[in-house]
Amino acid sequence: MKKKGEPDKEYLFDKPRNVKILFISFYSSLFILLGLEFFVHKHPYFPWEEWPEFYAVYGFVACVVLVLVSKYILRPLVKRREDYYD
Amino acid sequence: MINPVPPAAVFIIGALFIPFIKGKFKSACMLLIPVIGFLNLISIPEGYHWVVGFLDYELVFGRMDRLSLVFGYIFHIISFIAILYALHVKDDVQHVAGLVYAGSALGVIFAGDLFSFFVFWEMLTVASIFLIWARRTKAAQGAGFRYLLVHAVGGLCLLAGIVLHVNQTGSIEFGFLGLNGPASYFIFFGFGLNCAWPFLHMWLSDAYPEATITGTIFLSAFTTKCAVYALARAFPGTEALIWIGAAMAGFPIFYAVIENDLRRVLAYSLINQVGFMVVGIGIGTHMAINGAVAHAFNDILFKALLFMSMGAVMYRTGKINGTALGGLYRTMPLTCIFCMVGAASISAFPLFSGFVSKSMVMDAAAHGHMKIVWFILLFASAGVFHHAGIKIPFFAFFSHDSGMRPKEAPIHMLLAMGIAAFLCIFIGSFPGPLYSILPYPVEYAPYTIPHVVGQTQLLFFSALAFTLLMLAGIYPAEQRCINIDADWFYRKGSRLFYFIMDKSMNSLNKLSDRIFVGGLAGFLCHISKRGPEILTLGVLAPLWVVTGAKGKELEDRIKTARAALHTHTSPIGISAAVATVFLVVVFLLR
Repeated sequence: MKKKGEPDKEYLFDKPRNVKILFISFYSSLFILLGLEFFVHKHPYFPWEEWPEFYAVYGFVACVVLVLVSKYILRPLVKRREDYYD
Repeated sequence: MINPVPPAAVFIIGALFIPFIKGKFKSACMLLIPVIGFLNLISIPEGYHWVVGFLDYELVFGRMDRLSLVFGYIFHIISFIAILYALHVKDDVQHVAGLVYAGSALGVIFAGDLFSFFVFWEMLTVASIFLIWARRTKAAQGAGFRYLLVHAVGGLCLLAGIVLHVNQTGSIEFGFLGLNGPASYFIFFGFGLNCAWPFLHMWLSDAYPEATITGTIFLSAFTTKCAVYALARAFPGTEALIWIGAAMAGFPIFYAVIENDLRRVLAYSLINQVGFMVVGIGIGTHMAINGAVAHAFNDILFKALLFMSMGAVMYRTGKINGTALGGLYRTMPLTCIFCMVGAASISAFPLFSGFVSKSMVMDAAAHGHMKIVWFILLFASAGVFHHAGIKIPFFAFFSHDSGMRPKEAPIHMLLAMGIAAFLCIFIGSFPGPLYSILPYPVEYAPYTIPHVVGQTQLLFFSALAFTLLMLAGIYPAEQRCINIDADWFYRKGSRLFYFIMDKSMNSLNKLSDRIFVGGLAGFLCHISKRGPEILTLGVLAPLWVVTGAKGKELEDRIKTARAALHTHTSPIGISAAVATVFLVVVFLLR
């Protein structure tokens, strides 16, 4: 545990520059992945797997839907105070 | 060369010695048990062993075939890891319970008949309950009792099914059953409860997060995987399982997104991963069964790894809620890295173990042209990355700085996590050894370019969704609250039941008291006391009147008769007359 008065060490992501590098490499890998798609010869089971960027779009949409449904539909239905069962 | 013994025996007998060993040797002895068990296991050839006559039946304690052996191997590996992780624990109850629990799981896996299968199945419940109660909190105690009650129901269903089955077929062999008739439905339901099917799952998300830090590692490995094994043995290719599994893979991720207790998030993702296995068993092709079993193997490792990393956080900080944690990567970097390896494995990143097994189930579904199931599984794949892959490491180790600077996890915990992490990466990078021990020959290549690119796209863009939602502030903030789940039905339902029983039964009781104790008893007492008198005078008085008795004479006669009846000194003539009248009445009424 941190002791009072002790000067806090600076850690990896305390520097904004490192966070920025992380974000830049993340976003650029997204573009690389989108681009890779066109060099890949697919052999799909389903027709929609051939659509351009199917997996990328599905992954993105699925997660947005997941979060919105959880937050705006499920949570109001099931949320209770912590001592609900006591 | 010592003769091999049933694999369960090594653990269960070993467990009994543990409390008597003190000092430095204790840790070594505990670690030696799974090692000896493993050497014992690999010295047993395939086939049926330890067949024991019991009444008119035969019990089989060692059915070694490819399906049971895979589970046997991983159960030994995870026992070693879990024991290593728990070395600091001074509480013998937990050590003994953990070892007996692992032994029972091995008993279930290698049982070739339904009787010994059932006995080990129940021992699983009994042993695991102590890992929950050992936390010694009020919440753990309550969750433990609910866990016990729910499993008692499941166990009774299973027993009913087994009794019906044995009655119908005359055989206690445990093999393929298939859904046909009431016996199989009871057994199916019994398995399903341990497998945490939707609406039967609540014991898992209720009790696992309440168990001890080290107990949860054992718990996450055995109960559900024994049920997966049992389903793969008895019900492969049962179509209902495809839909049950799809529901299991789908619904828990919504709960996981809004859950604050990070171990409960993992409990939900455990259900989600078992869903993939259940779908595989439901499809029932060789590839699907292989996929289900391989995924069970991998899931045991990466789920244990995630639970261990969260356990280490809890051990050092005493906290487990997402709201209370954050920024721990600063002082617990190794735990953080191990957690991320587990997260990458469960999310099925290429080169991590989930990738080589989850995709087998997905491809088996695609092979069978099951569009909807395939879409649900793909959704679940993206979702599991979202909640287990990102949320767990992010809220514990990054996110806002909680200000806590705990020490790194103890060395034995780091070692346990390190072994699990190594295996996750090794299996993900070199799936050959795992594929070679699966029940059926594997003709599957996970590492094709479209598969790698497609899966990586799916995961990276899920991560993008998380990032953008987080930056936009839409991502649901962790809140100190509980989310009601199917256990509401018996946690609140039990109160309703109590209320209804209180009102109906107690008022019935009161009514009965009034009628029988207050009313009827007094009435009967009065009748039996005054009955003879009323009867006698009712007959004699009219007779006296007819024979001419009047006024004082009549009164005297009545008084005399009454006194005689009270003192039981009535003249014989009167008694005989009354008896005669009584007999005549009986004769007439007959």
